[in-house]
Amino acid sequence: MSFQKTMEKNSILLTIVTLIVVSIGGIVEIAPLFYLESTIEKVKGMRPYSPLELAGRNIYIREGCYTCHSQMIRPFRDEAERYGHYSLAAESMYDHPFQWGSKRTGPDLARVGGRYSDEWHVAHMKEPQSVVPESVMPPYAFLASKPLAMDDAAAHLKALRITGVPYTDEMIANAQADLTVQAEADGDYDDLLARYPKAQTRDFDGNPNMLSEMDALIAYLQMLGTLVDFADYDPTADYR
Amino acid sequence: MSDRAVADTVTYNESVVKVGAIATMFWGVIGFVAGLYIAAQLAWPVLNLGLEWTTFGRLRPVHTSAVIFAFGGTALLTTSFYVVQRTCRASLWGGPLAWIVLWGYQIFIVMAALSYVLGYSQSKEYAEPEWWIDLWLTVVWVLYLLVFLGTIIKRREPHIYVANWFYLAFIVTVAMLHIVNNLAIPVSLTGAKSYSLFAGVQDALTQWWYGHNAVGFFLTAGFLGMMYYFIPKQVDRPVYSYRLSVVHFWSLIFLYIWAGPHHLHYTALPQWAQTLGMTFSVMLWMPSWGGMINGIMTLSGAWDKLRTDPVLRMMVVAVAFYGMSTFEGPVMSIRAVNALSHYTDWTIGHVHSGALGWVGFISFGALYYLVPALWKRQRLYSLKLVNLHFWVSTIGIVLYITAMWISGILQGLMWRAYDSLGFLEYSFAETVEAMHPFYVIRVIGGALFVLGSLVMAYNLWRTVKGDLADEAVPVPAAAAAGA
Repeated sequence: MSFQKTMEKNSILLTIVTLIVVSIGGIVEIAPLFYLESTIEKVKGMRPYSPLELAGRNIYIREGCYTCHSQMIRPFRDEAERYGHYSLAAESMYDHPFQWGSKRTGPDLARVGGRYSDEWHVAHMKEPQSVVPESVMPPYAFLASKPLAMDDAAAHLKALRITGVPYTDEMIANAQADLTVQAEADGDYDDLLARYPKAQTRDFDGNPNMLSEMDALIAYLQMLGTLVDFADYDPTADYR
Repeated sequence: MSDRAVADTVTYNESVVKVGAIATMFWGVIGFVAGLYIAAQLAWPVLNLGLEWTTFGRLRPVHTSAVIFAFGGTALLTTSFYVVQRTCRASLWGGPLAWIVLWGYQIFIVMAALSYVLGYSQSKEYAEPEWWIDLWLTVVWVLYLLVFLGTIIKRREPHIYVANWFYLAFIVTVAMLHIVNNLAIPVSLTGAKSYSLFAGVQDALTQWWYGHNAVGFFLTAGFLGMMYYFIPKQVDRPVYSYRLSVVHFWSLIFLYIWAGPHHLHYTALPQWAQTLGMTFSVMLWMPSWGGMINGIMTLSGAWDKLRTDPVLRMMVVAVAFYGMSTFEGPVMSIRAVNALSHYTDWTIGHVHSGALGWVGFISFGALYYLVPALWKRQRLYSLKLVNLHFWVSTIGIVLYITAMWISGILQGLMWRAYDSLGFLEYSFAETVEAMHPFYVIRVIGGALFVLGSLVMAYNLWRTVKGDLADEAVPVPAAAAAGA
């Protein structure tokens, strides 16, 4: 108790000791995640987001979709049947920020890609209750009429490269062109697909005359959980 | 704490505390109304209005920021400025700095709320403001630390009072959490958008290290500072145990910081981290209840005041809610329990038993003490209205949390239910439909809580005006302390 008596009379000492005491837990728990190699599984298929997918993800972030939707499937039988294979750490390794979420007012979206048609998504976004009568989701009809405003796609990729996402110089140089071509009804997708394998290319929102925010959001939703091929994933290699 | 004896030799800066008290009440009502509105949106989605600015997704951070940072944060600024002056027998250090901190913080709140509505968000829970707002808050926060620490340094008491340990730990730790969790790379220096420095699993644990300790240090340690000053003052008894407060303080701040991973059970976070988080969360039960015991036992020898003083009753029930939610928390942090509770309304109910019951009520108690004291009134305008506020809000909280317990557990069980043929029994949409009655009950509970806060605002306004209700006053404890 004598050290306590000293601290009670010395505000700087009290501040420093407090800072040390509150630092320990975070250092022990968080720091190892950056160097333990077993933290992120070795999987095939993960790649950075294409510019259009990234734009869609930014809309997902802007609208606060995480307040009602998770993107993290837990390893339970019911979740596997409802949503698919449990989520791997590798699947969000390029997510700045992560969007695992904490609440399922609506269903998990980690593997929503390919589950519904583009037309379903458009109808659902415009009026959720028209396709799911029980839904309490707000309507997002305005996305269809708003042109996608992302004239600095290269700057976005550059910022992400600083955080560690492996965007190449070629990807950055072609960012703006890649952004628009992915949602064209009948574009030349070859270069895009070489840079971003498995990228889905088409007009997503049913309105080929405009690159809308709806195009970007649906492009993002339709690729969620589709990159890793679980046919050649061996979970026993990653037991931790 | 014989501050009245020397009050004539120290000129306290009370005007900044007065403005802070008004701002706290204002933000409280705003934050509660925002919560009521988004609760109603979940019951009746037509209230989203079809506009991009009024969707649940954009308004939910407005609610959480308004109650945590605007109401809670301003309450902490206000009470800490009051408490540190009284317990140090010194006026606030830094002259106009205290005003810059208070107004700078109010500007932070307004910028954050507007940015969410207009579509700027980092989408990290409770850390939604974008990088430029984060930088602004960092500057304000460092100034806050300087004012607080500067006042302690120039104190005229040999010892630093226990309430100030908690306030200090809150300020220091929140600075650390805020800076690390918000590290980000802006797309351009003239644009609002940034990308979090961390990704995926590392970002998740950094966020919940921040998120859980926003609870632990913003909503707990700071408000414990409030408890350690205002309960002894209101009851006119010393803190129950000095030794317990020492053990309580150090064990609480050490253990809390480890608890974050319990938000990530069964996720892609490595299991060793989940296990650490669960273990420390269960241990955290002990210091939490140590604090609860220290707060409630301060009434030793004066239990009769609970009958006559509704302000004290509010403070004590706050500590009781603290005890309840710090028991529920460790239970929910156990992996097997969390498997059921995670992603459901049970979590929402848990948060609100702490937020409405503990943070709300202890702040209300502090304001009921402060307003007559600051404006030199004989007593509050009406103790009957305090009593009314207490009961209306308590019933509101009970409705809220029981509705969320039932809906949360129901939804968790429905998700995992199988029929006799081995198929999932319910579609997701059916589980959403089943929530509806409980969402309506929550709206009723929330409306009662809002109603209580309006009664309080009216009562405080009449107190500031100097009015006295014509009612029998049994034991004017608040008046004696405020004279």
